[in-house]
This record gives sequence, structure tokens and C-alpha cells, in this order.
Amino acid sequence: MTEVTIIGGGVAGLCVARTLLDCGVGVVLVDRHKDIGPHACSWWAGGMLAPFCEGESAEEPVVRLGREAADWWEARTGAVHRCGSLVVSSMRDTADLARFARRTTGFRHVSGSEISDLEPDLGGRFTKGLFFESEAHLAPRHALARLRASLLADGAAFVQEDADPDRYAQRGLTIDCRGYQARDRLGDLRGVKGEMLVLSCPEVTVTRPIRLLHPRVPLYLVPRGDGVFMLGATMIEGQAGRHVTARALLELLSAAYALNPAFGEAEVLEIGVDSRPAFPDNLPRIRRNGNLIRANGLFRHGFLLAPALARMVADLIIDNKTPEVMDETAA
Amino acid sequence: MTEFYGTTLPNGLMLGTAQYPSPAILADAFKRSGAGVATVSLRRESGQDRAGQDFWQLIHQLGVHILPNTAGCHSVKEAVTTAHMAREVFDTRWIKLEVIGEEDTLQPDVFGLVEAARILSEDGFQVFPYTTEDLVVADRLLHAGCEVLMPWGAPIGSGLGLNNVFGLRAMRAHFPDVPLVIDAGLGLPSHAAAAMEMGFDAVLLNTAVAKAGDPAAMAEAFASAIRAGQLAHAADPMGPRDMAAPSTPVIGKAFLE
Repeated sequence: MTEVTIIGGGVAGLCVARTLLDCGVGVVLVDRHKDIGPHACSWWAGGMLAPFCEGESAEEPVVRLGREAADWWEARTGAVHRCGSLVVSSMRDTADLARFARRTTGFRHVSGSEISDLEPDLGGRFTKGLFFESEAHLAPRHALARLRASLLADGAAFVQEDADPDRYAQRGLTIDCRGYQARDRLGDLRGVKGEMLVLSCPEVTVTRPIRLLHPRVPLYLVPRGDGVFMLGATMIEGQAGRHVTARALLELLSAAYALNPAFGEAEVLEIGVDSRPAFPDNLPRIRRNGNLIRANGLFRHGFLLAPALARMVADLIIDNKTPEVMDETAA
Repeated sequence: MTEFYGTTLPNGLMLGTAQYPSPAILADAFKRSGAGVATVSLRRESGQDRAGQDFWQLIHQLGVHILPNTAGCHSVKEAVTTAHMAREVFDTRWIKLEVIGEEDTLQPDVFGLVEAARILSEDGFQVFPYTTEDLVVADRLLHAGCEVLMPWGAPIGSGLGLNNVFGLRAMRAHFPDVPLVIDAGLGLPSHAAAAMEMGFDAVLLNTAVAKAGDPAAMAEAFASAIRAGQLAHAADPMGPRDMAAPSTPVIGKAFLE
């Protein structure tokens, strides 16, 4: 097979490129920017590989397909931490914890003392929790850099250009992986705004992603190592403006403070805001029209679902196998 | 049929549009319940640059009446500003007016509510005020120009049902001709049925449907309960009594001994 052009160098584009290259297909990756950075939605990802937790509100394919993610990332970037994830709630929100348990699988109930054993710095604040032992997490920027480096080493070409996928498709097989940028061609794609913070708080040690359930502001905290944490994330219908709102900051920070008051002394290293690309059912889609394939709609599941999405794109291109997330709407 | 500012609705269900697992499930909830009104909250940030328009387009596609709300506003000024943005964005005079006065219970600030209702009514809005069951406040809201009242059942999102049945009955009796909507606090279809049996004109829900394991099925369950309650109210239910009253006549029954 001749070379395939991939437009968009975020997590979707990089995973598709890596998977095709693994199958012996040469790739050219085209992106507006020279390198991955704050312009990309994946730059601001939490990096939780938590298919079971996501099952609380996501459709079944997310749980099933997401289980491929940890092995995929570990094999290609090495940087996967397999410490599980922990879900807790304050006393007044234990009904939410029970509800979370009813809607998910793959966990065991943990008591206050077990929570203290798992995460000593949360000890004494929570009496009940859910431990999803088989889940994992990674540091998104590190994983993307590793992926990019491996692609370069294996002969992938990178081109900096604000490319029009339709024009590329006139010359050969092209895969549009642009995320929300593809909104102009995908009428049913929408943006869901997310706001997040990167905090430095060396006083607190946490080894695995923590989800704090709250009826209004569910929060997650993902350790990045060396006392750095990613704190996220709001979910607001509407594509992002450039700035985070004061309300989002208040909500995120007060939730972190509830996890451990030491977060009151944390330094705010970064404030991030971006739009997650999503279709109406919040599931990804692959659409094909001649030489052009569009793979999009990873929503809040970029790192979780991109490996499966990439596999399905490869199956389509190489074996002409129709992916389960392919829909009839023409690209 | 009850008219809400001249509009009759297909049934007594108004549904909120927040917190669903996905817009596809939200659309399904509307389809299965036949709800004729969708409430949409407008964040001021998204009103300014119309950032929410992808989502609003999906709401428009539901083909129902849109009732924008001023959720999360804590002052008259905030609520009035939000109402103006909502009128522009959604092209409707309807506004569900919320002025929150207390953070733990999300109880309305009834003083601010009356003031904001007056300002907005004078400005041509058709106001649906989120209020308590207080009769005096209700009267002030009507004087401020409201033609619909929306008393709470219980605090927003609590799922407790009708907390003050006495107060709500009194309100219904006191304002027989005003369209009354139970807004907030319902958790189960039986709560909605009870409200309709008491003669309320509609119920407004969000969390009870959106946070159910199967939101579309729960929306349908609420619609059925509302229909049952409406039918029961129209059928003039019997009043409760202290003593048993046999349903089978005893006179003329054959004696065994």
C-alpha cells in the first residue's frame, strides 16, 4: 500500500499513525503546528485509562474498547502506571457512591482504613470508597512525545501545514483526525468545554487517580509524579473560549481542598481550557467517503479510545473490515 | 387545557436538559416522554460568544418549547442580565426565573425574585418564577406580572418529593386559576403523580430523569405517572375517612346462622 496521509497530530492522529506503521503502512502526518502543544486537546488530557469508571455514564463500547488502552500504551510508550483508581465521596454524598457502584463493574468496596493503606494522605477523610484495581494512568504529554519520537525513528514524515483533508484526499488516502477543528465538515460534531489545572503540591503524595464524587462538581486528581497533579475537569456544553472562568477555578480548587487541605498551599502551574470533540451519543465515529476517512468524536476518552479507534481505521484500510463505530453518514 | 402564557402543552411534563450522559440520550428522553418544554440554562460566558450553540442546536432539533432559565444566579442583576441574553439566544419571551438565596438548599431569594420578576415582566418577558409555597410571595409575584407560578417540591436535586403537602394544597386552593408547576425536588414518578392528583398543572424535572440509570425509560415513567395523576384529579378522587366502609353491601346478605 502507498503512503497514507494523516491530518491532525493529536492523540487520534498519532495513534492512527503508529498503528498503520506497525502494520507496515507508510504515513505522513500533517498538522498546523510543528509539535504537540497547548493548542491540542490531548495536551490537557487527564490520562486516566479507566474504562470501568467511565462506564458510570458512558455507553458500553467505551468500557469494552477502553480495556485495550493500557496494554497498547505500555507496549508503545512504556509510560503506563498500573496502580488502579480510587473513587471516594464525602459523607453527605454516599448516595452518589452507591449509585456509582451500581453502574460500574471491576471494583471492590474499600473501607476507611483500606483507603488509608492505599493513599495515606487521604486517610481519615473518607470512610468508604471503590477501588478499581485493574485501571491505569499515564502522563499524556510524555506519552505523546514518546509516540512521536518512535514514529520519527521508524520513518514517519511530519509536515507542518494547515491542511485541507479534502484536497489531500484528491491525491491519495487521507485520514482526518483533527478533532474539533473538523467541525466545519462534521455537522453533528460539537464541543464540550473542559477546564483543568496543573498544581504543584509536594506536601501531598497520591499514587493513583482519585475521583471525588459530588452532585455538582465531580472531580478527578491525577498524580504526575514529583508532587505535580492534574486536577480536572469541568464538562460544559459549548466550545471553549480562551479562558477559564472564575467559577470553574473555585469549584475545582475547593474540591481539591476537600481531598486534602494541603492543596490550599499548592502552586498553580498551569490553567488549561479546551473543547472535547463529541458526537451526540458521545461515542467516536469513523466515516468514509472515497479516499477520505474521518476518525473523530473521542470526547473525554482520547487516550482511552484512540488505540481502539486506530485499530479500526487500520482494519478498514488494510482488510476492508467495517468498524463497529462506522456510521452511514458520508464523510 | 391549562395555558401557559397562551400556550397549551402536550402533557404536564417539562424536562431539564442538564446532566444527561449524552445529548442522544437526552433526545431519547424527550421522545419517549412526549415532554413539550425543555428548560435550558444559559451560562453568561457562553451567552456572550454563543459558545453553546452546538448544544442549543440539538435542543432546537427536539422541536419543543424552550424555556431558558437563570439557573445559578444569586442576584437580581445577574438574573436580569442572563434573561436578556437568553431572550436573544433562544428567541423567546419565556424565562424561568431563579434567584438563589441560600447555597445549601438552593432556596429561592424570594425578595430578589419578586423584584426581578417585576423588572422582566415590565420588559415584556413571560416569567416562570421558581418560588416557595409561600402564599404572600405568590401573591406578590402575580402582582409583579407573573401569570404562572412554580413552587418547589423540595430542594433542587434532592429527590425528596413534595416536602410540604399542606403548603402546596393551600397554594392550589388559594390560586385556583393560576397555572401552577411543581419545580424541583422530585425523585420518583409517584411524587409527580401525587402533585398532579392535587391539581397541579405540570411538573418540571431534571435530575430525577437525567441521573437515572436509564434516563429515557425514567422520563417515560414520569410521563405515565403524570397522566395517571391528571386523570385521577379530573375523576374527582374520594376523600380519606377514618373508619372502614365496606365496598360490598352487607344488607340483604344471607345469614349463615
